[in-house]
Amino acid sequence: MPSSRLHELTARLDAINEFDREPVSEDRIQPSSSFAGLYAGEHVAGTEFVIGPLFVAHGVAAVDLFAGLLLGNLLAVCSWAFLCAPIAVRTRLNLYWKLRKITGPGLLVAYNLVNALMFCFLAGAMISVAATAVGIPFDMTMPHLDDRYPNSVGWVVTVLACGAVVTAFAVLGFERIARFSKIASPWMLLVFVACAVAVLPRLGVESPGDFWHVAETVIWTGVPLDGQSKFTFWHVLFFAWFCNMAMHIGMADMTILRYAKTWKAGFHSAFGMYLGHFIAWIASGILVALALQTNGEVAPGPIAYLGAGVAGLAAVVIAGWTTANPTIYRAGLALQTVTPGWKRWKVTAFVGAVTTVAALFPALMMKLLDFVALYGLLLMPMGAVIFADFWLLPRLGLAEDWAERRGLAFHWPAAIAWIGTLAACWALNAAWGLEIFFLGLPGWFIAVALYVGLSRLHQGAAPRPA
Amino acid sequence: MRTVYLLASFAGLGLTVVPAFLVWSGHLPWSTHAVLMAVGTVLWFATAPAWMHDKRKPA
Repeated sequence: MPSSRLHELTARLDAINEFDREPVSEDRIQPSSSFAGLYAGEHVAGTEFVIGPLFVAHGVAAVDLFAGLLLGNLLAVCSWAFLCAPIAVRTRLNLYWKLRKITGPGLLVAYNLVNALMFCFLAGAMISVAATAVGIPFDMTMPHLDDRYPNSVGWVVTVLACGAVVTAFAVLGFERIARFSKIASPWMLLVFVACAVAVLPRLGVESPGDFWHVAETVIWTGVPLDGQSKFTFWHVLFFAWFCNMAMHIGMADMTILRYAKTWKAGFHSAFGMYLGHFIAWIASGILVALALQTNGEVAPGPIAYLGAGVAGLAAVVIAGWTTANPTIYRAGLALQTVTPGWKRWKVTAFVGAVTTVAALFPALMMKLLDFVALYGLLLMPMGAVIFADFWLLPRLGLAEDWAERRGLAFHWPAAIAWIGTLAACWALNAAWGLEIFFLGLPGWFIAVALYVGLSRLHQGAAPRPA
Repeated sequence: MRTVYLLASFAGLGLTVVPAFLVWSGHLPWSTHAVLMAVGTVLWFATAPAWMHDKRKPA
């Protein structure tokens, strides 16, 4: 890439993040309790209507589900508290500026583009989720678990309509949607609970004492549906731990936690994990078990309708919409760096169009577990680089923030650690068949080792900065 | 007025979740629960913005 072009890209990227350039000042520090609501709101979302049912489809046994979710969510909370929060409160910087100091702006542009692409696909899945509810009054043919391509004209029309509305709102602005999302969040959690409780009698749960027997024999039977792979305790544990890997181990939540008074605020992520990734996943799993016994339609709209009627449909539409909207907005921000002269609305409209086309393919929604795992894995190595740069390099007598110190546009050790880690994970998958859900753990150690080793070589060969 | 909105909002949340437990205990048919949940949803979204966006401390 020519240096003038890189300089131009960097200037635009910096301008977008300009208001966040300085570390958070003392007067803007938030009490730890405010993070509880924030995490609870963020993790009771549209994805929860899909993930719980997919565990049922993959034949998770009841004991594996409950134990896996309890432990996996605990590990996720610990990752926020012990990995992300300590660096966030010490630097008071967001991910963008911390990464810029380490990797240089050139590598950061690449990171932003990958991030934007992943955001597009995630928002696409959420538009698909909303479409399954919008299509019910029109008797739309619902996508099935193994559908990859659009299955009917009705599906295409509904997705295009949903995508157009979501994109229009994203173009008009993000703040009102964010406010609406905040209002929806306590109601949405209760909708999940109410949906599940209301269908318990139809599954044979007449009293609390019946629940475990029904859970083991009717809901999480341990037998996967036709064409689905079998998930074990380890799948559930690692998925619960790593489904937000980009946020905790990948350090994206430095942007939030830098406002915390102490690193202990990271523990408040437990509100998001145990309300959203425990209660909501269990609730949507209960709903899909009933759906499999009745009409066999496992899409989010039909299962929510089974539990709560019109309010359930409203919850699916709102959940999909409020998740898709900020995601399209963020993808637009990230892409703005490489679309010279485009106004914000044009970039957002373009992202919305890409997202809507992606949403036409039900595979994105029905393979959400794999996609979420891939999303975290792709961005995790940069979190490992930040961890190693902040904690390990100074202890080894090496300098941190090397790109900033040397005015580099591209810090090769970080780039090789990123690409090399992904290549190693691919090799682990290809050679030993290690599934994508498990790759994050060895991947993190590989990324740290690569970055530390390459930094030693790189800095050893260069004169030390003043 | 703020207190009225607040009470109406929590009544909305109550209508969203309590009928489901009555369905489970056999005291309410599912169809009534669905209607009450829809009413609760409308009540919540109609009244919560009035106090959730208020900068003052909760009453």
